[in-house]
Amino acid sequence: MIHSMSTTTISDILTPPVHPTGLNGEEQMDTAFDDIKGTVGTQTVDDPKMSAHGVDVFYGDKQAIFDVSLDIGNNEVIAMIGPSGCGKSTFLRCLNRMNDTIPTCRVSGSMSLDGQDLYDPSLDPVLLRARVGMVFQKPNPFAKSIYDNVAYGPRIHGLAGNRAELDDIVTESLKRAGLFDEVKDRLDSPGTGLSGGQQQRLCIARTIAVSPEVILMDEPCSALDPIATARIEELIDELRQNYAIAIVTHSMQQAARVSQRTAYFHLGKLVEVDDTNSVFTNPQHELTENYITGRFG
Amino acid sequence: MSTSQLLIIALVLAALAFFAGRARAWAVAGESGGIRSLHSLPIHHGAMVALWCLLPALVVIVGWKLIEPAYISAVVADTVPAEVSAKGRQNVSLYRNEVENLAADGDVSDVTDEGKRLLGERLIAQRSSSRIALSLLVIAIALGGAAFAYRKIAVPMRARHSVEGAVRFLLVSSASIAILTTLGIVLSVLFESMRFFQQVNFVEFVTGTSWSPQTAIRADQIGSSGSFGAIPLFTGTLLISAIALLVAVPFGLMSAIYLAEYASPRVRNIAKPLLEILAGIPTVVYGFFAALTVAPAMRDFGQMIGLSVSSESALAAGMVMGIMIIPFVSSLSDDVITAVPQAMRDGSYALGSTQSETVRKVVIPAALPGIVGGVLLAASRAIGETMIVVMAAGLAANLTANPLEAVTTVTVQIVTLLTGDQEFDSAKTLAAFALGLMLFVVTLVLNVVALYVVRRYREQYE
Repeated sequence: MIHSMSTTTISDILTPPVHPTGLNGEEQMDTAFDDIKGTVGTQTVDDPKMSAHGVDVFYGDKQAIFDVSLDIGNNEVIAMIGPSGCGKSTFLRCLNRMNDTIPTCRVSGSMSLDGQDLYDPSLDPVLLRARVGMVFQKPNPFAKSIYDNVAYGPRIHGLAGNRAELDDIVTESLKRAGLFDEVKDRLDSPGTGLSGGQQQRLCIARTIAVSPEVILMDEPCSALDPIATARIEELIDELRQNYAIAIVTHSMQQAARVSQRTAYFHLGKLVEVDDTNSVFTNPQHELTENYITGRFG
Repeated sequence: MSTSQLLIIALVLAALAFFAGRARAWAVAGESGGIRSLHSLPIHHGAMVALWCLLPALVVIVGWKLIEPAYISAVVADTVPAEVSAKGRQNVSLYRNEVENLAADGDVSDVTDEGKRLLGERLIAQRSSSRIALSLLVIAIALGGAAFAYRKIAVPMRARHSVEGAVRFLLVSSASIAILTTLGIVLSVLFESMRFFQQVNFVEFVTGTSWSPQTAIRADQIGSSGSFGAIPLFTGTLLISAIALLVAVPFGLMSAIYLAEYASPRVRNIAKPLLEILAGIPTVVYGFFAALTVAPAMRDFGQMIGLSVSSESALAAGMVMGIMIIPFVSSLSDDVITAVPQAMRDGSYALGSTQSETVRKVVIPAALPGIVGGVLLAASRAIGETMIVVMAAGLAANLTANPLEAVTTVTVQIVTLLTGDQEFDSAKTLAAFALGLMLFVVTLVLNVVALYVVRRYREQYE
């Protein structure tokens, strides 16, 4: 166990969803919960990059995820949507074992990357996280220079043999994150001094600098203004050429814009997953329809 | 009535005024449609009446006591016998003092000298009339103030604002007391130091390498004229502080890292208070631990490996002092390390770094300014520390960088210069103030730097 404190606190994740209209009582909620018999739609893809099967997640005694099975394909963006507390962030954090930092968290079921079990005791979570990178809700640059922020990962993994190679990696990562032109004259100034959108792109640059295979994004635009959001979305679309991307978002428009597949989570269960188009135009499950038509969430 | 009785009466009156004011505020509220119609709560009205009762009375008491002595001496001046006043003011004052002492018990009928008895009787009479007048005045003012405020109680009356103004005044004066005291200390040390520098050249004091403060006390005494070069003392202080920091910084920092990053909450909750107990051990206990346990052990160990270690060595004192300031370093470092946002750690883990990489390359660099601030505070504590070095470091003013020898420090010399019967006009005793001033300046600079560094750190995540 690494550290007990976390910005995504357990209570955040466990807070029951708020239902402003429509559903207005415990009874109705329970009915809705029991209604979710299984997942509607296509959970699997032909050539999965990552795949989860029958995953349950517990925080202490409380179960946060119920029997979720879901594949993440190569070169696709899969969006995870759903009301607060539905378990989508928890599921995402299980995919690179970031939940190890929460001592009470327990995961059962199987999760794999390229067929290799993520929770196999012989697997080193540290190496896993180098292959499955993560971008967080709030930009979290290190208290270092812009250059050192990006060079951090390559340095600890020994990806660069000399300074010139490191320079190349940093430049290339910043370019692919669409940040290079804005910061090329001040690579030595602190990363914390950038604007929110720039900080988030710096964090994306930092993530792609270690050449991961999958990038997990936990509401990467929720702290950004619409212009910065648009830039990040463009970036996500470009990154899809090289990576598998899973993105948790509260914005259904964003899910519709950036993703190829969409998964709808509700109360810890995966309700529906399918092509983004069909989920948004022709949802199969009543809960999904309620959510995307704005009846709650 | 004596002054203390008068104060008690004023307080009792104020308490009564409080209840009266509150009751009247309730009554006013009842007449005008309930408590919500009042601008201020009844308790504020009560407090306002109490303050109006108490504060003017206190001002009068203090003012009266300041003026009274001068007034009485002016009134009784003509009773001093002419032959005494003819000899000058000093004699008058002596004479007055003598009579004051005789009159202290309030009865001078047994005094044989007629002039003194007369003066004593007048003094006593004046005192008692002054006291009666003050009592009446204070009670009148207290009642008057209370009545004035009581009559002001009304629906729109902003009693809350006046009470909060009074509270604010109280807070401001409390804060000023600390500042004024510091100022007073600085000034007293400064003036004594200036007297010292009239006798000893400032440059010689700051740059001299020989410290031997034994001056001849009488003109006919044979003895050294004394030399006041402070360099050996400051070298000793710096040597011991450096040893202390060499002990405290690594151990303190590493225990802070363990507590903040690795320890489970249960271990942390037990270990952190235990570590902080180190700060609660009286320094005199550390002192005899250093002098009686560590220093002899070190001397024996030195003998064993063929080193000559003095039985009072800078090393022993410095090491024990280092243990003493470990909590300063560890506690402050622990706070700043814990303050590093978890998001930064998560970012590092998400890039595939291990815990120790995260600590070394992300957490510590982010917390470094705060850690430096903590170390500087510990350093100023080490420089000013007295008891350990008095007991364990020795008195010999050696100019040496060898930690195995006995050295002396600024604080030790201040203690030895000022203990015992001393006249405060010789260069020897005044030197203590000059040393104190320089020490104060050094620690002040360190503290200012530390505060500056810590403050810069605070702004970093906001």
